[in-house]
Amino acid sequence: MAPLSRVHEGGSTISNLVHQFWSQTIDGLTIGAIYALVALGYTMVYGVLRLINFAHSEVFMLGTFGALVAAHFMGLNGVGSTHHGLGLLLILVGCALVAMAYSGATAVVLERIAYRPLRKRGASRLAALISAIGASLFLQEAVSAWRGNIRWRALHLGHLPVFPNLPLVSAKRDADQFPRILTKSTWFHVFDGQVRNDKVLIFVAAIFMMVVLDQIVRRTRLGRGIRAVAQDPETATLMGVDIDRVITLTFLLGGIMAGAAGFLYVLYIENTSYIVGFVLGIKAFTAAVLGGIGNLRGALVGGLLLGLVENYGAAVLGTQWKDPIAFAVLLAVLMARPTGLLGEALAKARA
Amino acid sequence: MFGKRHYRFDLTGPVADGWARLPRPVRWTVVGAFVALLFLLPGLKIPVLNTPKSDFASVLFAPVGIYVLLAVGLNVVVGFAGLLDLGYVAFFAIGAYTYGIMSTQHGWSFWPTLPLSVSLAMAAGVVLGTPTLRLRGDYLAIVTLGFGEIVRISANNTSSIGGPRGVSNIPHPGSFGGGTFLGVRIPDFKFGLLNPKPYYWMLLIFILVVVFFVRRLEKSRVGRAWTAIREDEDAAELMGVPTFRFKLWAFAIGAGIGGLGGQVYASQVNAFTPQNFQFTFSVLILAAVVLGGSGNLPGVILGGALVAYLPERFRSFDALRQLVFAAALVTVMVFRPQGLLPSRRRAKELTESEPAGGMGSLGGETGLEQARTANVDDA
Repeated sequence: MAPLSRVHEGGSTISNLVHQFWSQTIDGLTIGAIYALVALGYTMVYGVLRLINFAHSEVFMLGTFGALVAAHFMGLNGVGSTHHGLGLLLILVGCALVAMAYSGATAVVLERIAYRPLRKRGASRLAALISAIGASLFLQEAVSAWRGNIRWRALHLGHLPVFPNLPLVSAKRDADQFPRILTKSTWFHVFDGQVRNDKVLIFVAAIFMMVVLDQIVRRTRLGRGIRAVAQDPETATLMGVDIDRVITLTFLLGGIMAGAAGFLYVLYIENTSYIVGFVLGIKAFTAAVLGGIGNLRGALVGGLLLGLVENYGAAVLGTQWKDPIAFAVLLAVLMARPTGLLGEALAKARA
Repeated sequence: MFGKRHYRFDLTGPVADGWARLPRPVRWTVVGAFVALLFLLPGLKIPVLNTPKSDFASVLFAPVGIYVLLAVGLNVVVGFAGLLDLGYVAFFAIGAYTYGIMSTQHGWSFWPTLPLSVSLAMAAGVVLGTPTLRLRGDYLAIVTLGFGEIVRISANNTSSIGGPRGVSNIPHPGSFGGGTFLGVRIPDFKFGLLNPKPYYWMLLIFILVVVFFVRRLEKSRVGRAWTAIREDEDAAELMGVPTFRFKLWAFAIGAGIGGLGGQVYASQVNAFTPQNFQFTFSVLILAAVVLGGSGNLPGVILGGALVAYLPERFRSFDALRQLVFAAALVTVMVFRPQGLLPSRRRAKELTESEPAGGMGSLGGETGLEQARTANVDDA
């Protein structure tokens, strides 16, 4: 047995996991719910287009900035708000809606510019992947320029002055602080794990969004269109489904989910930067593959499982091994079940 | 003929045909002159083709030369065998670390370490490939991405190989040349800290050797097997091609070239950290391959050179250059999804619907216009 003192120093042993089991479970479910929300976007686009939407991580990133803009707009700067009750609810909903609007709009524009022209030309998925990577880089750089300073200065190409004035950007590479909206307090305990109010909110809100999406895909006319395209695009078109519209709306729905995730993320982590989507995007895609890509419920299972496993693993091996653990789990699951835990099934979800 | 409908600006067809019709001595002379030009390039002062903000010869070594070598290596995996690898930088890192560790901790010199770096990278390719190459294209992409991250983070977390500080004080290769042979002065291959030219020449020789080797492979039974796998893996398997073994070979050869690049890079830079092997690096190499024309050697060489050179050339544009580069990437893919210099065979495959063996066609299922034109072309 490791001495107790070592546990408190943050040493990495199995007994650490035993001691921290409940708090790690709560943290894992919280971040896992965010992974799952982002994973939905990957999984839906993959379902209809058979394409890794590589720029989805930037859709999420813009959601975090949407929430930031909304918070600043509502006069929340500094350490945060003292609002409670209805005022707090309005602030939370307002930030969430703006975040969703930012992400949804980004996703739709992305589809128009980076995917649709390639789709019309019948380009390869590899070309679409590179286009998405380009779009992803573009959005990162655009956001860091937006958050940084832009000065206008004459530039020279060799000795020739070109374009009298070009914007000279000093991009902002460090993180923006997100004001504390919610005063964080412990609500109740699960054994020795403290359950904080923001974690409950994130988990419940994420599950709520997922249930809504699941119902949209299962019960509405649009959802039927999405499932039809996922199942057989050609037949769907023959049956009168407007494929472009379905794809646009799929991107929009995925974007809205990513925007909600972005808001919940800044509520939890309380800062964001232009690069915030990168690791989270990879994790969310991993979650989507883990649960079975193209499968909405799989995204939920994969997200929560990934959040739990990486937190448990981090308790045993140390937090610096969190990401390798997540990928190792993915490898192991794919070896055993090549189509993920629940299988690929967007098309098979019957109404 | 295929293509007329999709590719309005396709110059490669007539150019390639014209080139193939030239007599062999003429072709060899042109190639020889071009290679000579490449060797002289760092000394030439060509007005527009320079880098105002950084030393031109340094830029020619890294990133340009390194990117070209890695693009040729990744092209074996992505372009020839049609396997999507998003973690290629891992093999580059393995080569760099092998030389870094063997030279600083065990006193090995450059040339004896070279086979070790290449074979360790190849072994890593086999270790990664054996369980994962049975997966479908998109899963393979995410698994290789994960592998690249695992390698980088593990290096970052392992203090015996330097941890986050990486490896420093890496020795340079031993010098040679500098004298005269039969009255001809031999160029000075003195590998120091300041003069990047010898490294550039060494890298250029490696690139030429690798290109020759890869080109012979492409034209051999192995290359035909890769083409068969890329076009239709199931059909290839049925026709008796041991698909798994050839995919593994593609992976290992690509990895070996990556390892070679890593060691050459490490020998010049003197020090590196795990942060030199970010995922973005893999992405840029893949972008180079696809941008240039996946599967076509001249294309990927051009792609590697452009992806490395353009951001350096426009360094004076500051942060904006990344933005412009990213926009250019999207624009080229939108207007020329087959790449700048596509392989004709590959371009044709890419417009057909849903080939097996990894990446399929995006438009095959959803772009009905494309399906229609494909039928017209077949007729």
